[in-house]
Amino acid sequence: MIGKLNRNSTLLSSIISIILGMLVGAIAMLLSGYDPISAYGALFSSVFGSASDMGETLRTITPLIFAGLAVALAFRTGMFNIGVEGQLVIGSLAAAFVGLKLELPPVLHAIVALVVGALAGAIWALIPGLLKAIRGVHEVIVCIMMNWIALFLSNYMVGKVLSNNSDSTEKIHPSASIRVDFLTDMFDGARVHLGLILAILTTIFVYVLLFRTKLGYELRAVGLNPDASEYAGMSVKRNIILSMMISGGIAGLAGAVELLGTSEYLAINPSLPGTGFDGIAVALLGANTPIGVVLSSMLFGGLFNGGSNMQYVAEVPFEVIRIVFAAIILFVAANFVKQLGNRKNRKKKGEKASA
Amino acid sequence: MQMKRLLGSLVAVSLVATLAVGCGGNKSKETAKGDFSVGLVTDTGGLNDESFNQSANMGLQKAKNDIKVDVKAQESKKDDDYVPNLTRFAKDKRNLIWGVGFKFDKAIPDVAGEFKDSKFAIVDSNLGGKIPSNVVAVTFKDEEGSFLAGVAAGKTTKTNQVGFIGGMSSPLIKKFEAGFTAGVKQANPKATVKVVYAESFSDATKGRSLAKSLYDGGADIVYHAAGGVGKGLFDEVKSREAGKYWAIGVDMDQSRLAPEHTLTSMIKRVDVAVFEITKQAKEGTLKLGTEVNFGLKDEGVGLSKNSKISPEVMKQVEEFKQKIIKGEITVPSK
Repeated sequence: MIGKLNRNSTLLSSIISIILGMLVGAIAMLLSGYDPISAYGALFSSVFGSASDMGETLRTITPLIFAGLAVALAFRTGMFNIGVEGQLVIGSLAAAFVGLKLELPPVLHAIVALVVGALAGAIWALIPGLLKAIRGVHEVIVCIMMNWIALFLSNYMVGKVLSNNSDSTEKIHPSASIRVDFLTDMFDGARVHLGLILAILTTIFVYVLLFRTKLGYELRAVGLNPDASEYAGMSVKRNIILSMMISGGIAGLAGAVELLGTSEYLAINPSLPGTGFDGIAVALLGANTPIGVVLSSMLFGGLFNGGSNMQYVAEVPFEVIRIVFAAIILFVAANFVKQLGNRKNRKKKGEKASA
Repeated sequence: MQMKRLLGSLVAVSLVATLAVGCGGNKSKETAKGDFSVGLVTDTGGLNDESFNQSANMGLQKAKNDIKVDVKAQESKKDDDYVPNLTRFAKDKRNLIWGVGFKFDKAIPDVAGEFKDSKFAIVDSNLGGKIPSNVVAVTFKDEEGSFLAGVAAGKTTKTNQVGFIGGMSSPLIKKFEAGFTAGVKQANPKATVKVVYAESFSDATKGRSLAKSLYDGGADIVYHAAGGVGKGLFDEVKSREAGKYWAIGVDMDQSRLAPEHTLTSMIKRVDVAVFEITKQAKEGTLKLGTEVNFGLKDEGVGLSKNSKISPEVMKQVEEFKQKIIKGEITVPSK
C-alpha cells in the first residue's frame, strides 16, 4: 500500500523535476542569447516530426532501456552496478566477435551473437559480484576498474584480433544483423532494429522476475535488509551474485544489440560510450521500476535525439541538452520537490509550536 | 508562502512555454538556402577541438564569405550520430556534405549509397580504396609535414633525444610517427626518438604525465599527434625552462598554448582542402569517386609560419622541403 502511494508522488515529483529541468535549460539558453521557444520547438518537432526522426528516437531509446533496467535491477538488491558501461562494451565485443568470426545461417547467427553478448556481460559482472559476496569488496570500486579493463580490452581486440591494425572492424556478416527491412521501411530508413522489441521483452522479463517470482522477492528482500533476509534463511551472497549477473547480462545484451543493430561494426574508442552512466540517470528518474525505466528512457532518448536537431534548426549547442539532463537528475536526486513540501509542513508545525 | 508562490509561477511559466512550443513546432523544418549549400558534420571532437574539426569549419566559413555558399555545421556527440547527422543534411538537399575525420569511413558510404543524388566528402580516409561514385576522399600527407617537424627537431635538439606522443596507435597516427622519426634521423643520425602512445585523444592529464616522463628521461623536444592529449604536453613544457625545452604542435598553429615553448607546429590545412573542394564542387569541376591527396606540394601540410626555429635550421628545413617536393626524398608513411 505504502509503495503504491509513494509511487504516485514519485511520478508527480518526476514530472515536476522534468519541467523544472527544462526551465533551467531555457534560462541557460536565454542567458547565452538563444531563443528557447524555437529551440524546444525544434526539439519536439524532431521527436515526433517525420517517420525517420521518430525511428532514430526509438533507436536512441533502445540502449537506454536496457542500461536503465540493468542498473535498476541491481539497485533493487542493494548493488550499485556502475559497471553497466563496461559490461555493455564487453557485450558489444563478444557480439562483434561472433558476428565477424563465425559463419552461421541467418537468424541463428544473430541469436548466437545476442546470447554470447549477454553471457559475456554477465561474466564481466560476475567478478565484482563475487568479490562483493565473498570478500566484501565494494562493487563500485571494482566496477569502475572493470569498465576501463573492458574498454582497453575491446580496443586491443579491435586493433589486433578483429581487424588488421585498423581503427575499426569490418561490418559484421549480414546473417548476424538484427536490422530488419520492414522496420527500416516503416521508419523511412532510420536504423530501428529488433533491439527495440528485445528491450520491451526484457522490460517484461525484469518486471516478472522482480515482482512475480520467488527469486525476485529474495532479490528485493536482500536489497531492503540483508541482515533480515539472512535471518529468514535467504542466501545474501547467492542473491548478490545472481543480481549482478542478471544485471550484467542485460547490459551485455544492450551492447550486443547496439552492435548488431545500430553500428554493425566495432571501432577503437578513446572513451567509454556513456550509455551505462546514462542508465543510472534513467533508473533514478524511473524510480527503479521497469515501467519507470521505459518512460524515462523515452524522455532522455527524445531529449538526446531531439537535441541534435535543436542544434541543426535553432543552432543551440547540444550542451544545453546536457544542462537540461543534468538539471532534471539534480532535481530528482535531491528530492527537491518533495523536500519543498516537507519543509513547508515542518515550518507550519514549528510556527504552531512556538505560538 | 514565498516558496509556494515561486513554485506556482514556475509552473505557470512552464505551461506557457509548452504552449508556445506547440505552436512554434511546424516552422522548424524551413531552412534558408542559397544557390549552393554545404553541410559539415564534425566527429566527436566538436567544432572547437583546436584541431582538424575547427580547421575544417574555418574552411567552411571562408567558403561562405568568399564564394557565397550557404553553410551549416553540425557536431556529433557519439559515433552513432554520424549517420543521422549526414542523413539530415542529405534530406535537406544540401549539395555537398562533409564528414570530418576518418571515423566517418563507415557512415559516408552508407549514407552516400542511400542518397545517390547528393555529393559527399570525407576527410582523412580513402575508404580503403572503395570510394563510391558520389564521394570524394580528401587525405593529407601527414608524414611529409611530420618529416619537416622531425628535421627541425633533429637539428635543434641539444640532448640528441626527442620524443613523440601519439593518440591512439592507429594507421593514421603511425603516419605522423613514421614521418617524424624519419625526419629526425635524416637531420641528425645521432638523435634517438622515444615514442609513446596515450591510447586516447582527449586525456590531457595522461598527456602531461607522458610529456613529463619524456622530458625527465632526457628529451628536450616533444612532438605530439594526439588531439586533446596534446594540451597536457603544452602544460608540462610551460612549467620548464624556456629556450631549453620545446614542444611541437599539430594540426593547427598551437603556439598560443605555450608561446615561449612552441618550436613550431605541423599544420594540416584542412581549411584549405575544405575550401578548395567546396569551390570545385560549386563550379562543377569536382572529380568524384577519387582520392584527393594534399601534400607539401599543394601546401596541404607544412610547418606554421609562427615558429621559434632558428634561421640556420629553417634554411635546412626549407632544403628538405624542396627535396620532398621534387621527389628526391620519399617519406615513409608506416
